[in-house]
Amino acid sequence: METAIDVKGMTTYYGEREVLKNLTLSIPRAKTTVIVGGSGCGKTTLLKHLISLLKPAKGTIEVNGKNIAGMFGSDLDEFRKKMGVLFQGAALLNSLTLTENVALPLREHTRLKEPVIDIIVRMKLDLVGLSGFGNFYPSQLSGGMKKRAGIARAMAMDPELLFFDEPSAGLDPVTAAGLDELILKLHKAFSLTLVVVTHELASIFTIADYVIMLDAGNIVFMGNLDELKASSHPKVRVFLERKAEEEFLSPEEYFKIISGS
Amino acid sequence: MRPLIIDSVLGAIGKRTISVFKTIHNVSTLLNNIAYWTVVSPLRGKRIRFKATVSEIVKAGYNAIPIVTVIAFFVGIILALQSAYQLRKFGAIIYVANLLGVSITRELGPIITAIIVAGRSGSAFAAEIGSMKASEEVDALVTMGINPIRFLVVPKLLALMLMQPALTAIFDLVGIGGGFFLSISLLEITPHRYYTQTINAILVKDLMTGLVKAWAFGVVITCVGAYHGFQVEAGAEEVGLRTTASVVSSIFLVIFFDFFFTTLFYYFL
Repeated sequence: METAIDVKGMTTYYGEREVLKNLTLSIPRAKTTVIVGGSGCGKTTLLKHLISLLKPAKGTIEVNGKNIAGMFGSDLDEFRKKMGVLFQGAALLNSLTLTENVALPLREHTRLKEPVIDIIVRMKLDLVGLSGFGNFYPSQLSGGMKKRAGIARAMAMDPELLFFDEPSAGLDPVTAAGLDELILKLHKAFSLTLVVVTHELASIFTIADYVIMLDAGNIVFMGNLDELKASSHPKVRVFLERKAEEEFLSPEEYFKIISGS
Repeated sequence: MRPLIIDSVLGAIGKRTISVFKTIHNVSTLLNNIAYWTVVSPLRGKRIRFKATVSEIVKAGYNAIPIVTVIAFFVGIILALQSAYQLRKFGAIIYVANLLGVSITRELGPIITAIIVAGRSGSAFAAEIGSMKASEEVDALVTMGINPIRFLVVPKLLALMLMQPALTAIFDLVGIGGGFFLSISLLEITPHRYYTQTINAILVKDLMTGLVKAWAFGVVITCVGAYHGFQVEAGAEEVGLRTTASVVSSIFLVIFFDFFFTTLFYYFL
Protein backbone atom coordinates (compact mmCIF):
# COMPACT_ATOMS: atom_id res chain seq x y z
CA MET A 1 0.00 0.00 0.00
CA GLU A 2 1.47 3.33 -1.07
CA THR A 3 0.95 5.93 1.61
CA ALA A 4 0.29 9.67 1.23
CA ILE A 5 0.51 10.62 4.89
CA ASP A 6 2.55 8.93 7.61
CA VAL A 7 2.04 9.92 11.21
CA LYS A 8 4.54 8.62 13.75
CA GLY A 9 4.33 8.87 17.52
CA MET A 10 2.16 11.99 17.54
CA THR A 11 1.11 13.33 20.93
CA THR A 12 -0.90 16.49 21.59
CA TYR A 13 -2.12 18.35 24.62
CA TYR A 14 -4.88 20.89 25.20
CA GLY A 15 -3.53 22.53 28.32
CA GLU A 16 -2.63 19.59 30.51
CA ARG A 17 -5.06 17.13 28.93
CA GLU A 18 -3.52 14.64 26.52
CA VAL A 19 -5.86 14.64 23.51
CA LEU A 20 -3.96 12.44 21.07
CA LYS A 21 -1.89 9.70 22.64
CA ASN A 22 1.17 8.59 20.72
CA LEU A 23 -0.67 7.99 17.42
CA THR A 24 1.02 6.13 14.59
CA LEU A 25 -0.99 5.75 11.42
CA SER A 26 -0.72 5.96 7.67
CA ILE A 27 -3.19 7.17 5.10
CA PRO A 28 -3.11 5.39 1.72
CA ARG A 29 -2.63 7.34 -1.51
CA ALA A 30 -5.53 7.80 -3.94
CA LYS A 31 -8.00 6.22 -1.54
CA THR A 32 -10.77 7.58 0.63
CA THR A 33 -9.79 7.30 4.27
CA VAL A 34 -12.47 7.89 6.87
CA ILE A 35 -11.55 8.86 10.41
CA VAL A 36 -14.39 7.90 12.74
CA GLY A 37 -15.11 7.95 16.43
CA GLY A 38 -17.51 9.40 18.96
CA SER A 39 -17.67 13.09 19.83
CA GLY A 40 -14.61 14.30 21.71
CA CYS A 41 -12.41 11.38 20.69
CA GLY A 42 -9.91 13.71 19.01
CA LYS A 43 -10.77 13.15 15.36
CA THR A 44 -11.14 16.84 14.48
CA THR A 45 -7.93 17.54 16.40
CA LEU A 46 -6.19 14.86 14.34
CA LEU A 47 -7.49 16.48 11.15
CA LYS A 48 -6.25 19.90 12.27
CA HIS A 49 -2.79 18.38 12.67
CA LEU A 50 -2.92 16.79 9.23
CA ILE A 51 -3.71 20.18 7.65
CA SER A 52 -1.08 21.80 9.88
CA LEU A 53 -3.40 24.17 11.73
CA LEU A 54 -2.03 22.69 14.94
CA LYS A 55 1.45 21.40 15.66
CA PRO A 56 1.95 18.22 17.69
CA ALA A 57 3.87 18.31 20.96
CA LYS A 58 5.76 15.19 19.88
CA GLY A 59 6.04 13.08 16.75
CA THR A 60 6.17 13.60 13.00
CA ILE A 61 3.59 14.01 10.26
CA GLU A 62 5.06 13.14 6.87
CA VAL A 63 3.16 14.14 3.75
CA ASN A 64 4.82 12.88 0.56
CA GLY A 65 7.93 12.22 2.61
CA LYS A 66 8.19 15.72 4.09
CA ASN A 67 7.62 16.36 7.78
CA ILE A 68 5.00 19.13 7.97
CA ALA A 69 5.20 19.26 11.77
CA GLY A 70 8.61 20.92 11.42
CA MET A 71 7.65 23.23 8.54
CA PHE A 72 7.08 26.97 8.81
CA GLY A 73 6.46 30.03 6.68
CA SER A 74 6.70 29.76 2.92
CA ASP A 75 7.46 26.00 2.87
CA LEU A 76 4.21 25.42 4.68
CA ASP A 77 2.37 27.72 2.26
CA GLU A 78 3.72 25.68 -0.66
CA PHE A 79 2.39 22.51 0.99
CA ARG A 80 -0.96 24.19 1.60
CA LYS A 81 -1.38 25.05 -2.07
CA LYS A 82 -1.47 21.31 -2.79
CA MET A 83 -4.27 20.53 -0.40
CA GLY A 84 -7.91 21.50 -0.05
CA VAL A 85 -10.01 21.58 3.10
CA LEU A 86 -13.77 21.61 3.61
CA PHE A 87 -14.54 22.91 7.10
CA GLN A 88 -17.51 21.85 9.18
CA GLY A 89 -19.41 25.08 8.56
CA ALA A 90 -17.93 25.41 5.04
CA ALA A 91 -16.12 28.59 6.25
CA LEU A 92 -16.78 30.57 3.08
CA LEU A 93 -15.86 34.24 3.41
CA ASN A 94 -19.20 35.92 4.01
CA SER A 95 -18.17 39.23 2.49
CA LEU A 96 -17.43 37.63 -0.90
CA THR A 97 -19.70 36.03 -3.52
CA LEU A 98 -19.33 32.34 -4.40
CA THR A 99 -17.32 33.23 -7.51
CA GLU A 100 -14.97 35.44 -5.49
CA ASN A 101 -14.64 32.74 -2.82
CA VAL A 102 -13.63 30.08 -5.34
CA ALA A 103 -11.40 32.51 -7.22
CA LEU A 104 -9.62 33.63 -4.03
CA PRO A 105 -6.81 31.02 -3.94
CA LEU A 106 -6.31 31.40 -7.70
CA ARG A 107 -6.03 35.19 -7.44
CA GLU A 108 -3.68 34.96 -4.46
CA HIS A 109 -1.36 32.21 -5.67
CA THR A 110 -1.33 32.35 -9.45
CA ARG A 111 -0.77 35.02 -12.06
CA LEU A 112 -3.62 33.78 -14.24
CA LYS A 113 -5.59 36.36 -16.24
CA GLU A 114 -9.13 37.17 -15.05
CA PRO A 115 -10.89 35.44 -18.01
CA VAL A 116 -8.97 32.22 -17.25
CA ILE A 117 -9.87 32.44 -13.58
CA ASP A 118 -13.52 32.98 -14.58
CA ILE A 119 -13.50 29.79 -16.63
CA ILE A 120 -11.84 27.75 -13.86
CA VAL A 121 -14.36 29.06 -11.31
CA ARG A 122 -17.30 28.13 -13.57
CA MET A 123 -15.83 24.65 -14.04
CA LYS A 124 -15.43 24.14 -10.30
CA LEU A 125 -18.92 25.41 -9.51
CA ASP A 126 -20.35 23.15 -12.22
CA LEU A 127 -18.42 20.22 -10.78
CA VAL A 128 -20.25 20.56 -7.45
CA GLY A 129 -23.60 21.33 -9.11
CA LEU A 130 -23.76 25.04 -8.35
CA SER A 131 -23.71 26.49 -11.89
CA GLY A 132 -25.53 29.81 -11.94
CA PHE A 133 -25.04 30.55 -8.25
CA GLY A 134 -21.77 32.44 -8.74
CA ASN A 135 -23.20 35.82 -7.79
CA PHE A 136 -24.86 34.61 -4.60
CA TYR A 137 -23.42 35.41 -1.18
CA PRO A 138 -22.90 32.52 1.29
CA SER A 139 -25.70 33.85 3.52
CA GLN A 140 -28.17 33.36 0.65
CA LEU A 141 -27.45 29.62 0.37
CA SER A 142 -28.67 26.53 2.24
CA GLY A 143 -26.30 24.47 4.40
CA GLY A 144 -25.82 21.81 1.73
CA MET A 145 -25.10 24.37 -0.98
CA LYS A 146 -22.54 26.10 1.25
CA LYS A 147 -20.72 22.81 1.72
CA ARG A 148 -20.74 22.21 -2.04
CA ALA A 149 -19.35 25.69 -2.56
CA GLY A 150 -16.73 24.93 0.11
CA ILE A 151 -15.72 21.84 -1.88
CA ALA A 152 -15.49 23.94 -5.06
CA ARG A 153 -13.14 26.34 -3.25
CA ALA A 154 -11.08 23.47 -1.83
CA MET A 155 -10.76 22.09 -5.41
CA ALA A 156 -9.80 25.45 -6.92
CA MET A 157 -6.05 24.81 -6.96
CA ASP A 158 -6.44 21.18 -8.16
CA PRO A 159 -5.08 19.70 -4.91
CA GLU A 160 -3.59 16.25 -4.45
CA LEU A 161 -5.06 15.93 -0.99
CA LEU A 162 -8.58 16.79 0.05
CA PHE A 163 -9.76 16.93 3.66
CA PHE A 164 -13.37 17.01 4.85
CA ASP A 165 -14.37 17.85 8.41
CA GLU A 166 -17.79 16.31 9.13
CA PRO A 167 -19.25 16.93 5.65
CA SER A 168 -22.72 15.71 6.66
CA ALA A 169 -22.95 17.51 10.01
CA GLY A 170 -26.15 19.51 10.29
CA LEU A 171 -27.62 18.27 6.99
CA ASP A 172 -30.78 16.27 6.32
CA PRO A 173 -30.22 12.64 5.19
CA VAL A 174 -31.03 13.36 1.54
CA THR A 175 -28.63 16.31 1.27
CA ALA A 176 -26.00 14.34 3.18
CA ALA A 177 -26.37 11.44 0.74
CA GLY A 178 -25.99 13.90 -2.14
CA LEU A 179 -22.76 15.13 -0.62
CA ASP A 180 -21.49 11.55 -0.24
CA GLU A 181 -22.26 11.00 -3.93
CA LEU A 182 -20.26 14.11 -4.76
CA ILE A 183 -17.32 12.87 -2.70
CA LEU A 184 -17.44 9.50 -4.54
CA LYS A 185 -17.62 11.29 -7.89
CA LEU A 186 -14.60 13.47 -7.07
CA HIS A 187 -12.68 10.43 -5.93
CA LYS A 188 -13.43 8.52 -9.15
CA ALA A 189 -12.86 11.46 -11.48
CA PHE A 190 -9.59 12.76 -10.05
CA SER A 191 -8.27 9.79 -8.02
CA LEU A 192 -7.46 12.13 -5.15
CA THR A 193 -6.35 11.17 -1.68
CA LEU A 194 -9.37 11.99 0.45
CA VAL A 195 -9.50 12.17 4.22
CA VAL A 196 -12.98 12.44 5.70
CA VAL A 197 -13.76 12.93 9.38
CA THR A 198 -17.27 11.79 10.22
CA HIS A 199 -19.44 9.90 12.65
CA GLU A 200 -22.23 9.09 10.19
CA LEU A 201 -22.48 5.32 9.74
CA ALA A 202 -24.23 5.66 6.36
CA SER A 203 -21.43 7.87 5.04
CA ILE A 204 -18.75 5.49 6.20
CA PHE A 205 -20.21 2.55 4.30
CA THR A 206 -20.78 4.61 1.15
CA ILE A 207 -17.48 6.39 0.73
CA ALA A 208 -14.76 4.65 2.75
CA ASP A 209 -11.93 2.55 1.31
CA TYR A 210 -10.02 2.61 4.54
CA VAL A 211 -11.20 3.33 8.09
CA ILE A 212 -9.34 4.64 11.12
CA MET A 213 -11.25 4.63 14.38
CA LEU A 214 -10.27 6.73 17.36
CA ASP A 215 -11.42 6.48 20.92
CA ALA A 216 -10.26 8.85 23.67
CA GLY A 217 -7.13 9.77 21.72
CA ASN A 218 -6.12 6.20 20.88
CA ILE A 219 -6.48 4.26 17.65
CA VAL A 220 -8.78 1.30 18.21
CA PHE A 221 -9.10 0.16 14.61
CA MET A 222 -7.37 0.56 11.22
CA GLY A 223 -8.36 -1.35 8.12
CA ASN A 224 -10.80 -1.63 5.22
CA LEU A 225 -14.58 -1.88 5.41
CA ASP A 226 -14.72 -5.69 5.48
CA GLU A 227 -12.25 -5.79 8.32
CA LEU A 228 -14.30 -3.13 10.11
CA LYS A 229 -17.48 -5.22 9.82
CA ALA A 230 -15.63 -8.32 11.01
CA SER A 231 -13.86 -6.59 13.89
CA SER A 232 -14.66 -7.89 17.34
CA HIS A 233 -13.18 -4.93 19.22
CA PRO A 234 -15.83 -3.86 21.76
CA LYS A 235 -15.49 -0.14 20.89
CA VAL A 236 -16.00 -0.89 17.19
CA ARG A 237 -19.03 -3.08 17.90
CA VAL A 238 -20.61 -0.39 20.10
CA PHE A 239 -20.05 2.20 17.38
CA LEU A 240 -21.39 0.06 14.53
CA GLU A 241 -24.40 -1.17 16.45
CA ARG A 242 -25.21 2.33 17.74
CA LYS A 243 -25.35 1.19 21.35
CA ALA A 244 -25.22 3.70 24.16
CA GLU A 245 -22.16 3.10 26.27
CA GLU A 246 -23.09 2.59 29.86
CA GLU A 247 -20.60 3.48 32.48
CA PHE A 248 -20.62 1.06 35.35
CA LEU A 249 -19.96 2.66 38.73
CA SER A 250 -19.52 0.91 42.01
CA PRO A 251 -21.42 2.36 45.01
CA GLU A 252 -18.12 3.72 46.39
CA GLU A 253 -17.31 5.51 43.12
CA TYR A 254 -20.81 6.94 42.92
CA PHE A 255 -20.48 8.19 46.49
CA LYS A 256 -17.21 9.89 45.53
CA ILE A 257 -18.92 11.70 42.64
CA ILE A 258 -21.85 13.01 44.65
CA SER A 259 -19.76 14.00 47.65
CA GLY A 260 -17.36 15.85 45.33
CA SER A 261 -14.22 14.48 46.92
CA MET B 1 -6.00 15.45 49.36
CA ARG B 2 -6.25 19.21 49.66
CA PRO B 3 -3.27 21.15 48.30
CA LEU B 4 -1.27 23.10 50.85
CA ILE B 5 -1.91 26.85 51.11
CA ILE B 6 1.64 27.64 50.06
CA ASP B 7 1.12 25.45 46.96
CA SER B 8 -2.04 27.23 45.92
CA VAL B 9 -0.55 30.69 46.53
CA LEU B 10 2.56 29.90 44.50
CA GLY B 11 0.37 28.22 41.90
CA ALA B 12 -1.79 31.34 41.57
CA ILE B 13 1.27 33.57 41.20
CA GLY B 14 2.73 31.22 38.61
CA LYS B 15 -0.50 31.06 36.61
CA ARG B 16 -0.80 34.86 36.56
CA THR B 17 2.82 35.26 35.50
CA ILE B 18 2.42 32.73 32.71
CA SER B 19 -0.72 34.42 31.44
CA VAL B 20 0.99 37.85 31.47
CA PHE B 21 3.92 36.46 29.50
CA LYS B 22 1.51 34.76 27.10
CA THR B 23 -0.22 38.07 26.45
CA ILE B 24 3.13 39.79 25.89
CA HIS B 25 4.13 37.00 23.53
CA ASN B 26 0.84 37.21 21.59
CA VAL B 27 1.00 40.99 21.30
CA SER B 28 4.61 41.05 20.15
CA THR B 29 4.06 38.24 17.64
CA LEU B 30 1.10 40.14 16.22
CA LEU B 31 3.02 43.44 16.01
CA ASN B 32 5.96 41.68 14.41
CA ASN B 33 3.70 40.02 11.83
CA ILE B 34 1.84 43.25 11.09
CA ALA B 35 5.13 45.08 10.56
CA TYR B 36 6.42 42.28 8.34
CA TRP B 37 3.35 42.08 6.13
CA THR B 38 2.97 45.86 5.88
CA VAL B 39 6.57 46.90 5.27
CA VAL B 40 8.83 43.96 4.40
CA SER B 41 6.64 41.69 2.27
CA PRO B 42 5.57 44.42 -0.24
CA LEU B 43 9.28 45.15 -0.73
CA ARG B 44 9.78 41.47 -1.54
CA GLY B 45 7.18 41.72 -4.28
CA LYS B 46 4.06 40.41 -2.49
CA ARG B 47 1.18 42.56 -3.67
CA ILE B 48 -0.84 44.64 -1.22
CA ARG B 49 -4.59 44.17 -1.58
CA PHE B 50 -5.30 47.50 -3.18
CA LYS B 51 -9.07 47.07 -3.70
CA ALA B 52 -9.60 45.94 -0.12
CA THR B 53 -7.58 48.93 1.10
CA VAL B 54 -9.77 51.31 -0.87
CA SER B 55 -12.90 49.70 0.51
CA GLU B 56 -11.53 50.05 4.07
CA ILE B 57 -10.70 53.70 3.35
CA VAL B 58 -14.33 54.24 2.40
CA LYS B 59 -15.71 52.32 5.40
CA ALA B 60 -13.39 53.65 8.11
CA GLY B 61 -12.59 57.06 6.67
CA TYR B 62 -15.07 58.46 4.18
CA ASN B 63 -18.16 57.18 6.01
CA ALA B 64 -16.92 58.73 9.27
CA ILE B 65 -16.76 62.25 7.82
CA PRO B 66 -20.37 63.27 8.76
CA ILE B 67 -20.07 62.25 12.42
CA VAL B 68 -16.60 63.80 12.75
CA THR B 69 -17.85 67.03 11.18
CA VAL B 70 -20.87 67.35 13.47
CA ILE B 71 -18.89 66.57 16.63
CA ALA B 72 -16.07 68.92 15.62
CA PHE B 73 -18.50 71.76 15.02
CA PHE B 74 -20.10 71.36 18.45
CA VAL B 75 -16.76 70.95 20.21
CA GLY B 76 -15.63 74.19 18.56
CA ILE B 77 -18.68 76.05 19.81
CA ILE B 78 -18.44 74.58 23.33
CA LEU B 79 -14.77 75.40 23.61
CA ALA B 80 -15.31 78.97 22.40
CA LEU B 81 -18.07 79.48 24.97
CA GLN B 82 -16.08 77.97 27.82
CA SER B 83 -12.99 80.03 27.09
CA ALA B 84 -15.01 83.20 26.60
CA TYR B 85 -16.50 82.61 30.07
CA GLN B 86 -13.04 83.06 31.61
CA LEU B 87 -11.38 85.42 29.15
CA ARG B 88 -14.25 87.95 29.31
CA LYS B 89 -13.22 88.76 32.92
CA PHE B 90 -9.91 90.10 31.62
CA GLY B 91 -11.32 91.75 28.53
CA ALA B 92 -9.18 89.37 26.56
CA ILE B 93 -11.98 87.83 24.57
CA ILE B 94 -10.04 87.97 21.29
CA TYR B 95 -7.74 85.28 22.70
CA VAL B 96 -10.60 82.80 22.25
CA ALA B 97 -9.19 82.46 18.72
CA ASN B 98 -5.69 81.57 19.98
CA LEU B 99 -6.91 79.17 22.63
CA LEU B 100 -9.26 77.42 20.24
CA GLY B 101 -6.81 77.18 17.36
CA VAL B 102 -3.95 75.81 19.40
CA SER B 103 -5.91 73.44 21.64
CA ILE B 104 -7.85 71.92 18.74
CA THR B 105 -4.92 71.41 16.39
CA ARG B 106 -2.51 70.19 19.06
CA GLU B 107 -4.78 68.15 21.27
CA LEU B 108 -8.53 67.94 20.87
CA GLY B 109 -8.60 67.25 17.15
CA PRO B 110 -6.38 64.16 17.28
CA ILE B 111 -7.80 62.75 20.50
CA ILE B 112 -11.52 63.19 19.89
CA THR B 113 -11.16 61.90 16.33
CA ALA B 114 -9.26 58.90 17.69
CA ILE B 115 -12.03 58.18 20.19
CA ILE B 116 -14.67 58.41 17.45
CA VAL B 117 -12.67 56.10 15.18
CA ALA B 118 -11.94 53.65 18.01
CA GLY B 119 -15.67 53.41 18.69
CA ARG B 120 -16.63 53.18 15.02
CA SER B 121 -13.86 51.24 13.30
CA GLY B 122 -11.72 49.67 16.05
CA SER B 123 -14.77 47.83 17.34
CA ALA B 124 -15.77 46.87 13.80
CA PHE B 125 -12.29 45.43 13.14
CA ALA B 126 -12.43 43.34 16.32
CA ALA B 127 -15.96 42.12 15.59
CA GLU B 128 -15.20 41.30 11.95
CA ILE B 129 -11.99 39.38 12.64
CA GLY B 130 -13.50 37.79 15.75
CA SER B 131 -16.56 36.43 13.99
CA MET B 132 -14.39 35.20 11.12
CA LYS B 133 -12.25 33.40 13.68
CA ALA B 134 -15.34 31.89 15.34
CA SER B 135 -16.72 30.59 12.04
CA GLU B 136 -13.36 29.05 11.00
CA GLU B 137 -12.97 31.55 8.14
CA VAL B 138 -9.53 32.54 9.45
CA ASP B 139 -8.54 28.84 9.57
CA ALA B 140 -9.80 28.50 6.01
CA LEU B 141 -7.56 31.39 4.91
CA VAL B 142 -4.59 29.76 6.60
CA THR B 143 -5.22 26.39 4.95
CA MET B 144 -5.44 28.13 1.58
CA GLY B 145 -1.94 29.45 2.23
CA ILE B 146 -3.22 33.03 2.62
CA ASN B 147 -1.81 34.90 5.60
CA PRO B 148 -4.74 36.34 7.60
CA ILE B 149 -2.68 39.35 8.71
CA ARG B 150 -1.86 40.29 5.14
CA PHE B 151 -5.40 39.56 4.01
CA LEU B 152 -7.36 41.20 6.83
CA VAL B 153 -5.19 43.54 8.88
CA VAL B 154 -2.85 45.25 6.39
CA PRO B 155 -5.65 46.89 4.33
CA LYS B 156 -7.24 48.20 7.53
CA LEU B 157 -3.91 49.46 8.83
CA LEU B 158 -3.05 51.30 5.61
CA ALA B 159 -6.56 52.75 5.50
CA LEU B 160 -6.36 54.14 9.03
CA MET B 161 -2.76 55.36 8.58
CA LEU B 162 -4.13 57.52 5.79
CA MET B 163 -7.58 58.37 7.08
CA GLN B 164 -6.84 59.06 10.76
CA PRO B 165 -4.75 62.18 9.91
CA ALA B 166 -7.26 63.10 7.20
CA LEU B 167 -10.21 62.92 9.60
CA THR B 168 -8.19 64.83 12.19
CA ALA B 169 -7.49 67.57 9.64
CA ILE B 170 -11.22 67.78 8.94
CA PHE B 171 -11.90 67.95 12.68
CA ASP B 172 -9.35 70.78 13.07
CA LEU B 173 -10.88 72.78 10.26
CA VAL B 174 -14.52 72.32 11.26
CA GLY B 175 -13.77 72.76 14.99
CA ILE B 176 -12.09 76.10 14.38
CA GLY B 177 -14.97 76.91 12.06
CA GLY B 178 -17.40 76.23 14.92
CA GLY B 179 -15.49 78.58 17.20
CA PHE B 180 -15.37 81.16 14.44
CA PHE B 181 -19.14 80.90 13.93
CA LEU B 182 -19.83 81.47 17.64
CA SER B 183 -17.29 84.24 18.02
CA ILE B 184 -18.58 86.35 15.13
CA SER B 185 -22.20 85.92 16.18
CA LEU B 186 -22.33 85.92 20.00
CA LEU B 187 -18.93 87.24 21.07
CA GLU B 188 -18.99 90.14 18.61
CA ILE B 189 -15.52 89.60 17.22
CA THR B 190 -15.21 90.66 13.58
CA PRO B 191 -14.54 87.82 11.15
CA HIS B 192 -11.36 89.43 9.91
CA ARG B 193 -9.89 89.86 13.39
CA TYR B 194 -10.74 86.32 14.34
CA TYR B 195 -9.18 85.04 11.13
CA THR B 196 -5.88 86.97 11.49
CA GLN B 197 -5.71 86.11 15.21
CA THR B 198 -6.10 82.39 14.43
CA ILE B 199 -3.59 82.43 11.57
CA ASN B 200 -1.03 84.14 13.78
CA ALA B 201 -1.64 81.80 16.71
CA ILE B 202 -1.34 78.44 14.94
CA LEU B 203 2.16 77.39 13.94
CA VAL B 204 2.96 74.73 11.36
CA LYS B 205 4.50 72.85 14.28
CA ASP B 206 1.12 72.70 16.05
CA LEU B 207 -0.57 71.24 13.00
CA MET B 208 2.19 68.74 12.33
CA THR B 209 2.41 67.39 15.88
CA GLY B 210 -1.35 66.90 15.84
CA LEU B 211 -1.25 64.99 12.57
CA VAL B 212 1.71 62.84 13.62
CA LYS B 213 -0.20 61.90 16.76
CA ALA B 214 -3.24 61.09 14.66
CA TRP B 215 -1.18 58.78 12.47
CA ALA B 216 0.09 56.93 15.55
CA PHE B 217 -3.45 56.67 16.95
CA GLY B 218 -4.58 55.09 13.69
CA VAL B 219 -1.88 52.42 14.05
CA VAL B 220 -2.82 51.83 17.72
CA ILE B 221 -6.53 51.46 16.97
CA THR B 222 -5.96 48.96 14.15
CA CYS B 223 -3.51 46.85 16.13
CA VAL B 224 -5.75 46.73 19.20
CA GLY B 225 -8.79 45.80 17.09
CA ALA B 226 -6.82 43.09 15.30
CA TYR B 227 -5.36 41.74 18.55
CA HIS B 228 -8.76 41.35 20.19
CA GLY B 229 -10.28 39.92 17.02
CA PHE B 230 -7.63 37.21 16.75
CA GLN B 231 -8.01 36.33 20.45
CA VAL B 232 -11.56 35.03 19.84
CA GLU B 233 -11.62 31.25 19.96
CA ALA B 234 -15.28 30.46 19.49
CA GLY B 235 -18.75 31.77 20.08
CA ALA B 236 -20.79 34.93 19.73
CA GLU B 237 -20.44 35.92 23.38
CA GLU B 238 -16.68 36.10 23.09
CA VAL B 239 -16.96 38.26 19.97
CA GLY B 240 -19.07 40.71 22.00
CA LEU B 241 -16.63 40.72 24.92
CA ARG B 242 -13.63 41.23 22.65
CA THR B 243 -15.37 44.04 20.76
CA THR B 244 -16.00 45.89 24.02
CA ALA B 245 -12.47 45.18 25.22
CA SER B 246 -11.03 46.53 21.97
CA VAL B 247 -12.81 49.89 22.38
CA VAL B 248 -11.81 50.21 26.03
CA SER B 249 -8.18 49.32 25.47
CA SER B 250 -7.78 51.38 22.32
CA ILE B 251 -9.11 54.49 24.08
CA PHE B 252 -6.77 53.78 26.98
CA LEU B 253 -3.78 53.27 24.71
CA VAL B 254 -4.65 56.33 22.61
CA ILE B 255 -4.58 58.47 25.75
CA PHE B 256 -1.37 56.82 26.92
CA PHE B 257 0.36 57.47 23.58
CA ASP B 258 -1.03 61.01 23.62
CA PHE B 259 0.67 61.55 26.97
CA PHE B 260 3.88 60.10 25.57
CA PHE B 261 3.88 62.20 22.38
CA THR B 262 2.81 65.39 24.13
CA THR B 263 5.69 65.09 26.60
CA LEU B 264 8.07 64.34 23.74
CA PHE B 265 6.93 67.31 21.67
CA TYR B 266 6.93 69.61 24.70
CA TYR B 267 10.60 68.99 25.39
CA PHE B 268 12.00 68.44 21.92
CA LEU B 269 9.97 70.63 19.56
